[in-house]
Amino acid sequence: MPVSWIILLVLVLAATAYVLGRRRALEGANGDPRRLHSRPVYYGWNAALSALVPAVLMLVVTRLALGSSNLGALLVLAAAIAGVIFALSRTTPDFRARNMVEQVVKAGLILCSSVAIATTLGIILSLVFESAQFFRMYPWQDFLFGTEWTPAFGGGSKLGMLPLLWGTLYISLIALLVAVPIGLFAAIYMSEYAGPRVRAWVKPAIEILAGIPTIVYGLFALVTVGPLLRDWIAAPTGLGDSGSSVMTAGIVMGIMLIPFVSSLSDDIINAVPQSLRDGSLGLGSTPSETIRNVVLPAALPGIVGAILLAASRAIGETMIVVLGAGAMARISGNPFEAMTTITVKIVGQLTGDNDFASPETLVAFALGLTLFVITLALNIFALYIVRKYREQYE
Amino acid sequence: MTDTTSGVVPESAGEPAMKSLLIADARTRRRNAAETRFRAYGIIAIGLAIAALFWLLSTILADGSSAFRQTYATIPVSIDASVVDPKGNRNPEEMRKVLTLSYEKLLTTGLKDYIAKENLQIEGLSDRDLKGFLSDQAKANLRASVLNDPELIGQVVTVPALTSSRIDGYFKGRVTAEQAARDSKTSPAQLALADALKSRDVLETRFNMGFLTNADASETRPESAGLGVAILGSAYMMLIVLVLALPIGVAASIYLEEFAPKNRLTDVIEVNIANLAAVPSIVYGILGLAVFINFVGLPRSAPIVGGLVLTLMTLPTIIIATRAALKAVPPSIRDAALGVGASRMQTVFHHVLPLAMPGILTGTIIGLAHALGETAPLLLIGMVAFVQDYPDAPPAGLFDPASALPVQIYNWTRRADPAFFERAAGAIIVLLVFLLIMNLAAIWLRRRFERRW
Repeated sequence: MPVSWIILLVLVLAATAYVLGRRRALEGANGDPRRLHSRPVYYGWNAALSALVPAVLMLVVTRLALGSSNLGALLVLAAAIAGVIFALSRTTPDFRARNMVEQVVKAGLILCSSVAIATTLGIILSLVFESAQFFRMYPWQDFLFGTEWTPAFGGGSKLGMLPLLWGTLYISLIALLVAVPIGLFAAIYMSEYAGPRVRAWVKPAIEILAGIPTIVYGLFALVTVGPLLRDWIAAPTGLGDSGSSVMTAGIVMGIMLIPFVSSLSDDIINAVPQSLRDGSLGLGSTPSETIRNVVLPAALPGIVGAILLAASRAIGETMIVVLGAGAMARISGNPFEAMTTITVKIVGQLTGDNDFASPETLVAFALGLTLFVITLALNIFALYIVRKYREQYE
Repeated sequence: MTDTTSGVVPESAGEPAMKSLLIADARTRRRNAAETRFRAYGIIAIGLAIAALFWLLSTILADGSSAFRQTYATIPVSIDASVVDPKGNRNPEEMRKVLTLSYEKLLTTGLKDYIAKENLQIEGLSDRDLKGFLSDQAKANLRASVLNDPELIGQVVTVPALTSSRIDGYFKGRVTAEQAARDSKTSPAQLALADALKSRDVLETRFNMGFLTNADASETRPESAGLGVAILGSAYMMLIVLVLALPIGVAASIYLEEFAPKNRLTDVIEVNIANLAAVPSIVYGILGLAVFINFVGLPRSAPIVGGLVLTLMTLPTIIIATRAALKAVPPSIRDAALGVGASRMQTVFHHVLPLAMPGILTGTIIGLAHALGETAPLLLIGMVAFVQDYPDAPPAGLFDPASALPVQIYNWTRRADPAFFERAAGAIIVLLVFLLIMNLAAIWLRRRFERRW
């Protein structure tokens, strides 16, 4: 019997149980709901849940133990029917049906909250297990400190992470150099100078940038910014002849990060108490002096946190660098040369036909682990700073 | 530090005041100039951000809007029975054996006849040019329509046929005569023919519905590539995300916000959710590959896997938005419900949750919009594969291979023919329109139902 049929049957059974449970409770109370412990619907729900919960549990168990079989289907239905009979036998006017139903609902709520933990565990376990397999084939020292990235599927490949890490950090640095001044000054202007009408137009306009998918930025880098930089700056100065470069990816990623920096900084600047500003202005400072000498120092930890969050975003960004940065793994200081990042190589090693026993494929999991650890550390540090700062003024 | 003490000499000094408050001295001017500069930096920053936005959107619009238009040639083609039905018995089985190549002959003959009839003199027009003038897809379409309706055999039909992407590109300004001379796939004679046909209203560039409904096409026929499979795949994934992420997210938030005791475990869950929201999306792709495909054994390229990965990715967003919405419901509502004897569960489900619903839905729509535009995790679970068949209707179709809008865009940027770039930009317009609709819906919900307490 296919699963959909079993599920349908169990649902029909549960609906019947609902009707039966409700009727039995009312009959027990001679049709007067005031003599029941709970409202009649709860007796119905109690009976229905008594069918559903054992059936679902049995379904999972039989699927794992027996696979798809008629015996399993019978066991599931038997569990549902047994549950209904048990529930109906307990249905008396004194039975605390509401408490039973609420306990089941609460258990369901807890189960849903644990999905978050299960996701984290899934991420960590899958990364660690596959990476461990990789490190059995490839020495970890060579991975972490190797300066050469030349995967060869025939064997004898060199999988040093450093060139990828260098590309990642270089591009992120340029992105932050673009995003932080623009985002910060925009936030300062909007929270300290702009009137409500300007704010009402400018803030959503900047936030549109945050809603644009990264693939759009990627295409923008590939088709517009890359050729522009190559033809106007890199080629005339002889710095490079490739459309994809660290600069291309960095600038476009910087544009993507502007709303991120500006909205976070805006929140943080607004959280600085007005009394600090009033005190400074009252002593005769100009607004800009107030901002530079009073507001920004007070907001500094939060702004640093915001920049760290932006940095973690930049490090984990994929599509912009896949389309804009190139695929050459190298360590160089010239921003107009194509370089590559950790995320590009994860995509590169894991798309197409994979052989999950070769180090060239498994290295992607080790790269993923590296990426996860870096971004997690940045996030935890940033959240710690932001949270600690917020408590100061609340 | 202040203007007055530095600007005005006190009277007690006995000297006549040489300076006036009305005339700024050098120091005040310097400070005022600094003030103006600082303000200007802010305006410049905002100007740069908005300029970047307009630059981005205008290039995409300029590059992509032509993808919605396509050039068709409407020439009379006689369906020669001796070619398409050699045995003459109209047996569909046998007609199916006639390959597309024969239909190419029909189309080319039709084109040749038309040129002869109109007495067009085009220098250097070879048979090869005529063959390459129309798209490979035009022959396939003609074959399909003949097989579909055998009555057409022996008649002269006048159906719009897709022209090749070079001819189409010529009318969109992508291909010029100089390029054609250098390019082996196009010849100047073809372009001259195109001009001649255009002046006789045989060639027409009009709205291209196929771009929204067709499946992806191979490298050699960009003119027939469309977004049908990708839109369907994205819709399936959004369905899965909505069905899974909304209930799970709301349930988790209700527990954390209303019931959870303040203990170590709750703290761990909270920190967890905050961190999950900031995990790079590609890591979710690795999770999907390792768990759903390699461990559970779900098929690659299937919307079900993409939907599950995007669900896990969207959950933190929905949980954070839902918790904020629940927190915004004032405690007096809870107190009143508890006061008249409702249980805590009844309070939440009958009173708090309905009041928080607009906020929850707004957060969910924004989460869905993010999921719709996400590309990186889908690359890892194999959605880059070239898919030409439409997936079945759900639920079985959820396990069929499909594409997704952002991945289709990525796919097209990887191809050599520049006609695919136009398609990619066009697909971005489609994607942005969907996102715009979702965000407007979120804004409308917030405006319409938001209550201030």
